[in-house]
Amino acid sequence: MLRGKAFKFGDNISTDHITPGRLAHLRSNLPELAKHVLEDADPTFASRVKAGDFIVAGNNFGLGSSREHAPLVIKMVGVNAILAKSVARIFFRNAINLGLPVLICNTDNIDDGDELEVDLARGTVNDITRANQLTFGKLPEVMLHILNEGGLIPYIKKYGDFKL
Amino acid sequence: MGKTLAEKILSQKSGSDARSGDIVIAQVDLVFAQDTTGPLTIRQFQACGFERLANPEKTILFLDHAAPSPNRGMSNDHILLHQFAQQTGCLIYDVGEGICHQIVAESLAKPGDVIVGADSHTVTAGALAAFATGMGSSDVAIAFGLGKTWFRVPESIKIMVSGKFPHGVEAKDFVLHLIGTIGADGATYKALEFGGDGMDNMSMSERFTIANMAVEAGAKVGLFPADRITEGYLSSQGRGDHYQPMFADRDASYEKTINFDLAALEPTVAKPHNVDNVALARELKGTKIQQVFIGTCTNGRLEDIAIVADTLKGKRRHPETRLIVAPASPQVLLTAIRAGYIHTLVEAGAIILPPGCGACLGLHQGVLGDGEFCLSTANRNFKGRMGNPEAFIYLGSPATAAATALTGEITDPREVM
Repeated sequence: MLRGKAFKFGDNISTDHITPGRLAHLRSNLPELAKHVLEDADPTFASRVKAGDFIVAGNNFGLGSSREHAPLVIKMVGVNAILAKSVARIFFRNAINLGLPVLICNTDNIDDGDELEVDLARGTVNDITRANQLTFGKLPEVMLHILNEGGLIPYIKKYGDFKL
Repeated sequence: MGKTLAEKILSQKSGSDARSGDIVIAQVDLVFAQDTTGPLTIRQFQACGFERLANPEKTILFLDHAAPSPNRGMSNDHILLHQFAQQTGCLIYDVGEGICHQIVAESLAKPGDVIVGADSHTVTAGALAAFATGMGSSDVAIAFGLGKTWFRVPESIKIMVSGKFPHGVEAKDFVLHLIGTIGADGATYKALEFGGDGMDNMSMSERFTIANMAVEAGAKVGLFPADRITEGYLSSQGRGDHYQPMFADRDASYEKTINFDLAALEPTVAKPHNVDNVALARELKGTKIQQVFIGTCTNGRLEDIAIVADTLKGKRRHPETRLIVAPASPQVLLTAIRAGYIHTLVEAGAIILPPGCGACLGLHQGVLGDGEFCLSTANRNFKGRMGNPEAFIYLGSPATAAATALTGEITDPREVM
């Protein structure tokens, strides 16, 4: 069971909002890059987010670049999971590959600051603040398997190959 | 039931009867990373315990995003990439040797290939009927090590085009119109497959522009058939032997089909800060522009530079509008020099950058000031994209960019041609 606070974002949060190209020189200095996470969407996010919190977004979260640094710094600052109405393809795969859960659900009724409880196994989100329960869709089996191993690198280290 | 192009290629490369929705493991014909994604790819490769590349001759590093490097951090990343290439024997294209997608198009991709790159615009090679898609560093690191990756076979949306581009209208106008029509997530997880008799009039340069921006509609891949135009292009690049015809089956199954008449299009521009936020260029007249940027994997080819040079010949850029031009590869730059285009552009007040990506993603060489407006031929206008979240980016064709450079405000190119 994961528990934390919701940080609400809108539609079309791009990888440039999360880790802009002007900071490309920090991509081999990840702790420094993580201080700027989501800076162009909410400059106060990095200083307010706490380990265990959730990013809650609208449609098409993570559109744009293939830069895996985007989900990586989100994970580094302790975000438990991303909840969104939809997620861009490359970002989705990158997040799962890093062991960062991405949960597709209707986020319209979750407000910024709501206290959330997520049950990954049962596929439920409990918005404690609003006494509202949501369900999220199941991941494709291959992605669930990768996520359960903690990401693609631990998965391949364990099996040596793709096991479909 | 017949197969789409995506199903055909993935069937061939996975040795299975691949149908949309299936999960397959496919061999990769080419795998690459660039200088902003390569260092993490190397770290993930090493974290996985790999010491050797599955296919060094099919593995490439491109130093194109910071070319040449503007700072110590990027310079040190370049050292890391060179060391990795020395240790593993992979190919490396150094700074100045071109934008990865342009080099893949000119020299490497062939019909029927599966190509994965740690860069979202890897989709560009779909114009050559290659199943080419962007992935993150972890996936690419595993493809470095194993020579294969897994795919969910995408459903395909058929984009049927008819007719010819009218004077002053280009492939960029079409793809912006397409994205404006289906939305920035209109093809998420899906393949866009282009067809129709409009293909017969569409050059490879135009196809590259369109395939390049498939990802801006969320698509996994933007596939064109391999036809006589493909064959002509590969032959002109000295690799006619790379050609094989590739067409979807007539009875292939598509999620939907959308028809476009090229003759009905007008010069189109994407407004800040999303690519699907489109308007006609003429509707934006009066929008003052401080910087025009022409280049990138979308529109940095010879045909693009030729249009700009033709428009600007004997004229001068607007005094309050900077004009920056970055040819996409040494081949493009050299040919443009020989044709006199670079001479024309410099006389018109342009700044010529070396082949590279820097200005497009705000890394260097064209960072915008607070409150500035840019008209760019690139593929993205997201907030902060060109190095400043307080700036505003419009996307348009090379012809629109050239017309805008002359007048200092967004201009329908038909007004100045």
